[in-house]
Amino acid sequence: MSNPLDHIAALGRAVLGFVREAGAMTLFGLDGLGHLLRPPFYPRRFGRALLEMGFFSLPVVALTAIFTGMVLALQTYTGFSRFNAASAIANVVVISITRELGPVLAGLMVAGRIGAATAAELGTMRVTDQIDALSTLSTEPMKYLVAPRLLAGIIALPLLVVVADILGVMGGFIVATAKLGFIPELYLHQTLSFMQAGDVISGLVKAAVFGFLIALLGCYRGYTSRGGAEGVGAATTGAVVMASILILAFDFGLTELFFSK
Amino acid sequence: MSDTPRIRIRGLRKSFGANAVLDGVDLDVPRGTSMVVIGGSGSGKSVLLKCILGLVAPDAGSVEIDGQDILRLPWRERRVARARIGMLFQNGALFDSLPVWENVTFGLLARRMLSRRAAREQAGALLAQVGLGPEVGVLAPAELSGGMQKRVALARAIAAQPDILFFDEPTTGLDPIMGAVIDGLIVDCVKRLGSTAVAITHDMASAGRIGDAAAMLYRGRIIWSGPAARLMDSGCAEVEQFTHGRREGPIQMALRR
Repeated sequence: MSNPLDHIAALGRAVLGFVREAGAMTLFGLDGLGHLLRPPFYPRRFGRALLEMGFFSLPVVALTAIFTGMVLALQTYTGFSRFNAASAIANVVVISITRELGPVLAGLMVAGRIGAATAAELGTMRVTDQIDALSTLSTEPMKYLVAPRLLAGIIALPLLVVVADILGVMGGFIVATAKLGFIPELYLHQTLSFMQAGDVISGLVKAAVFGFLIALLGCYRGYTSRGGAEGVGAATTGAVVMASILILAFDFGLTELFFSK
Repeated sequence: MSDTPRIRIRGLRKSFGANAVLDGVDLDVPRGTSMVVIGGSGSGKSVLLKCILGLVAPDAGSVEIDGQDILRLPWRERRVARARIGMLFQNGALFDSLPVWENVTFGLLARRMLSRRAAREQAGALLAQVGLGPEVGVLAPAELSGGMQKRVALARAIAAQPDILFFDEPTTGLDPIMGAVIDGLIVDCVKRLGSTAVAITHDMASAGRIGDAAAMLYRGRIIWSGPAARLMDSGCAEVEQFTHGRREGPIQMALRR
C-alpha cells in the first residue's frame, strides 16, 4: 500500500520541476533578448526568420481569418436575430476579429507551423553537434540562432494579424452582403465607425507577445533537447503544446490588463 | 616558455549525476605534437574534448593553453583563445542550412576576416587542400557522402589556420580506405600548419597513422601515456588488452545492465 506522503512528494516534485523549467525558460528568453542589444548582429538570419515566420505563414493565416470571419457573421446572425439584433453583425465581427480572434488564431496557426519547425531544426542541430560547432567557430549560438528568431517573432506576428484583421472583416462582409442581404456600403460604414484604434492596437500588442512566445518556446525546446531523434520529437511536440497553452493563458492576462474596468 | 606544454590539463573532473566520467585527468600535450587519446566507448573521450573546448563545464580542474587557464578566462578572451582552435566533430557537424562553401568559410566570415565574395573563392582553395573540387562548394551537406562530409568538416577546421586542432573520432563510420585517406589528410594538414593536434579514437589503425604520442583514458583517468609507436607493446595490461582487442584482461566490459 502506497504511503500518502509519496503522492504529496510526487506533487512537490512536479511543482518544483515546473518552477525550474519556467525559470530556465525565462532566463533563456532574457539572454536571447540581451543578445539583440549587443553586436555582432545577424541581419541575414533575421531576414530569413522573418520571411519564414511572416511571409510563408500568410496562406494559412489568411485562410483561417477569412473563414473565421465568415462563420462569425453567420453565427452572429443566427444568434442575434433571436433578439432582433441582427444588425449588430458588423460590430460583433470587427470587435471579435481585431481584439481576439485575429491574434489568437494567427498565433495558434503560427505556433503549429513555426514553433514545431524551429524546435525540430534547433533540436537536430543540438543532437548532431552543430550548435557546439558554432561555438568553436567564434559564433555565439544564442546570438546566431535564437536572437534573430525572437525579434522576427515580435515583428512578424503583428504584421500577420493586420492581414488577418482585414481578411476576417472581409469574410464577415462577404457573408453579410452576399448571403444575409446587408447593404455593402452600410455594412462597411458600420464597421469603420464602430471600430476603435484601441481594438486594433490591443490585438497587435497581443500578437507581438504571442510571436515572442512562439519563437521562445520553439528555440528553448529545440536548444535544450537531448537524446537523439526521440528527444527532437519530444521537443517539437512540447514546443507546439506549450506555445498554444501560453498563447491562451497570456490572451486572458492581456485582455484583463487592457479591458477590465 | 618553450618548455610549457601547448596544452596542460590538471585534475579535470566531470560527473553526470552519480556517474564520474572524468575523475582527475592529467595530460600534457607538447607543442607540435599529435597526441592520440584512446579509450573504449563511453570512457569519456568526447567529454574530455568538450571540456577542453569549454563546450561542457568541468566540475573541477584546469585546462591551460600556453600556460593560460582558458576555463577561467572572461567570455571575450575565451572567444579569442577559441579562435586559435580548430575542431573536427565525429559526424562532421556541418550546418544543414548552408551550402558547403559557406560551411567551410563560416569561421572566417564570423570573424569578419573575409567578404562573402572572397570567402567563396577561398572555399575553393580550402576544398582543394582536402582533395575536393570547387564544384562541391555549391552543394548542400546532405548531398555529400560520409567521406566527403568529413573532408568538408576538415576543411572547415583548418580554414583559420589554427594553432591547435582537435579531432573527435575522425574515421568513425568510414570504410578502411576512406579512413586512411582522412588520416592522411589530417597528418598533411597538421604538418603544413605546424599545429598541435589532439585526436580521440578507438580505431587503432587511425591512432597509429595520426599520432606521435598516445594516452589511454580508462575509468576517468589517463592510465598510460607514451609514444604512439609503443601502443601495441606498451607494457600496460589495460592498453595492450585494448589495442589487441582481447576479451580477457583487466578491462571488463559490462554486458548487462
